[in-house]
Amino acid sequence: MADGADDLRKMDHPLDIPCLKHGAMEGLAPFIAAPEHQDKVGFPGELLPDWKEKALEKMAELAEKNRAFQVYLEICVKCGACTDKCHYFLGTSDPKNMPVARQDLLRSVYRRYFTFAGKYFPWLVGARDLTKEVLDEWYSYYHQCSECRRCSVFCPYGIDTAEVTMAAREILDSVGVGQKYSNEIIGKVKDVGNNLGLNPKALRATLEDLEEELEEDTGVSVRIPLDEKGADILLVTPSADFFAEPHIDGLLGYAKVFHEAGVSWTVSSYASEAANFGLFIGSYENMREISQRIRKAAQDLGVKRIIFGECGHAWRVAYSYLNTLAGPWDFLDQNYPIPQHIMEFTWGEIQKGTLKFDKSQNDHIRLTYHDSCNVARASRMGDTPGGQFEIPRNVIKTVCNNYFDMADETIRESTLCCGGGGGLLTDDLMDLRTKGSIPRMTALQDVTEEHGVTHMAAICAICKTQFSKVMPKFGYDMDSVVSVHQLVSNAIILTGSEDDEDAGNGPEEDTSDE
Amino acid sequence: MLATIYALVFYAATAILVVGIAMRVRRYARIPAPLKIPTTPAPTTSGGVVVRMFMEVVFFQSLYKSNKWIWLFGWMMHMSLWLILARHVRYFTLQNWWWVEAVQFLGTYAAFTFLIGLGGLLFRRFFVERIRYITSPSDILMLLLLIGIGSSGALMRFVTKTDIIAVKSYILGLLRFNIGHLPSDPILLTHLAMVASLMIIFPISKLMHAPGVFFSPTRNQVDNPREKRHLAPWAAKLEQ
Repeated sequence: MADGADDLRKMDHPLDIPCLKHGAMEGLAPFIAAPEHQDKVGFPGELLPDWKEKALEKMAELAEKNRAFQVYLEICVKCGACTDKCHYFLGTSDPKNMPVARQDLLRSVYRRYFTFAGKYFPWLVGARDLTKEVLDEWYSYYHQCSECRRCSVFCPYGIDTAEVTMAAREILDSVGVGQKYSNEIIGKVKDVGNNLGLNPKALRATLEDLEEELEEDTGVSVRIPLDEKGADILLVTPSADFFAEPHIDGLLGYAKVFHEAGVSWTVSSYASEAANFGLFIGSYENMREISQRIRKAAQDLGVKRIIFGECGHAWRVAYSYLNTLAGPWDFLDQNYPIPQHIMEFTWGEIQKGTLKFDKSQNDHIRLTYHDSCNVARASRMGDTPGGQFEIPRNVIKTVCNNYFDMADETIRESTLCCGGGGGLLTDDLMDLRTKGSIPRMTALQDVTEEHGVTHMAAICAICKTQFSKVMPKFGYDMDSVVSVHQLVSNAIILTGSEDDEDAGNGPEEDTSDE
Repeated sequence: MLATIYALVFYAATAILVVGIAMRVRRYARIPAPLKIPTTPAPTTSGGVVVRMFMEVVFFQSLYKSNKWIWLFGWMMHMSLWLILARHVRYFTLQNWWWVEAVQFLGTYAAFTFLIGLGGLLFRRFFVERIRYITSPSDILMLLLLIGIGSSGALMRFVTKTDIIAVKSYILGLLRFNIGHLPSDPILLTHLAMVASLMIIFPISKLMHAPGVFFSPTRNQVDNPREKRHLAPWAAKLEQ
């Protein structure tokens, strides 16, 4: 595996199509889950002796249970429209990272065992036997897909490689070959309540420290309540918001917004995680079990509303699936969206006029915004389609003077994945993550050249972690990626603070070091 | 003899086409979509979904966003095919319907745009590296079959005229289970044999994309998961 930035592909523009490099990423594979990790997610600990039969059985079962999987196995015409749409293909040049080629790794086996043509004329339709080599190839290339759905936007039939990747990962899990990163994390959520394995005591201490820090910085007592029964709002946010930079600054932003809006809210230690890696491994049952924790927390705390913090795939699971997996939500206040995104809340308060800002606090930043894939292509905010693009930009433009979009074909529904989504945010895939980020980084470099952009905002914990890790390889500081609510936090004027008393007098000397 | 063989082949091909598609479509319709997965931004109403689907199947909207060349050749080929099919309805009705008369001119010359579209798609399969990589022999044979059908048809229309009155009465006879005389023009026989093959291949091949697209959850679902709870029957059992 390569490290360092020497062999990274130089792109003329963010979507520059490479010549094929056969086998460029062959054999790359993340660590395999240990038996104890597999056990927690309900899968066999190691490769089953009759794995071949079991894998085919699972494939048939999934085709029976999921219309998308069944239809997508059969209707691809191999027109090639998707071939240049995957950031991993653009970054690695490996033809098996073209969406249709990735799907065909599985489809070729489906054809061989389940279709007339594949049974009798395998050579004609590209059908092949399921062998250990094929299984290994699946493990490798289905962990080179971040389930970002960019290909599905451009497919004339809407074929979504994410659906095929999820099915493939579930088949692999069911024969005992799971991915350590995702499965270990799911186990932690089930044991402790969050991906980081942060227990309630540690979480309480962390939040208390943050409260103190906030009061020191602002002179105002802004609370970050934990497990407070009777609060109106349950905030479910990625646990990275409690621990990692720049995520924490986003959490401080939410706290300040809630404070100024005058609402009562709380974090739950039991459901202290918005992320739901059950999605990544395509496991309905695991995804459901994790979602049910949120239901239980909401009921135990007696809240009226649920709001999600900045997290991409979490918002997909929340917006698109929470009602399915953990509903019906008849015990919550029906006057608010269930669940609601923190961006919807903040934008709502901005429109009501409850928040005051000093935009100049962000004048040291020239900003662009990275649409996170799951928010962009698998969810919505607000009442109208596309609200997921407009609302974050509206919030940003309210708190920041210098904003510039990246090239149109790389944002909104055509946004490029950060390179670390879909369960790939692990050090053992660093080479892939770096290469997969090249298209996005190229688009960023273009706006840096053109508009002097210094920072990129994102509303996804994975994007933030991924970018702080890869941006230094492309000539940016690791803190060049920021939370949107970090910008809100910088600019918001808290009632009763010194800034409030001299509001309108421009930037202060004591700019807090965030 | 020839007339009987062709009659039997077409009866069989029609049965395979109709029953085969019906079985696949029934399967697609029966399997639930457990989760809401429309590719967003997506319509928030059923009416909106109808519009989205219309834009997909009539204008190939997503393909247009994706790749202008594939769109051009693909769209040209498909629209020409519709015109050609519409024109061929005249062989199945005693009196020509008005709209069949209306498309006669366009449907005739659509043969050329049909062939140009197919030629473009075939060219890409050989000369665009990425597309060559994903191409199987069946993908090429399918295009060749369509090109064969199109060119044999065009040949009969523009070069060596066949006795279409006799063809029409043969087909009208078949519709009434009455096997009449089939002209033994080799081009006509080739044309018909290739059409029958296409009909037989249809339900067991990628040609199922035509009915299949209507069952694609990323395109046919309404974006309303917060407003309306979506639950698959097998998933509902997990709640008990």
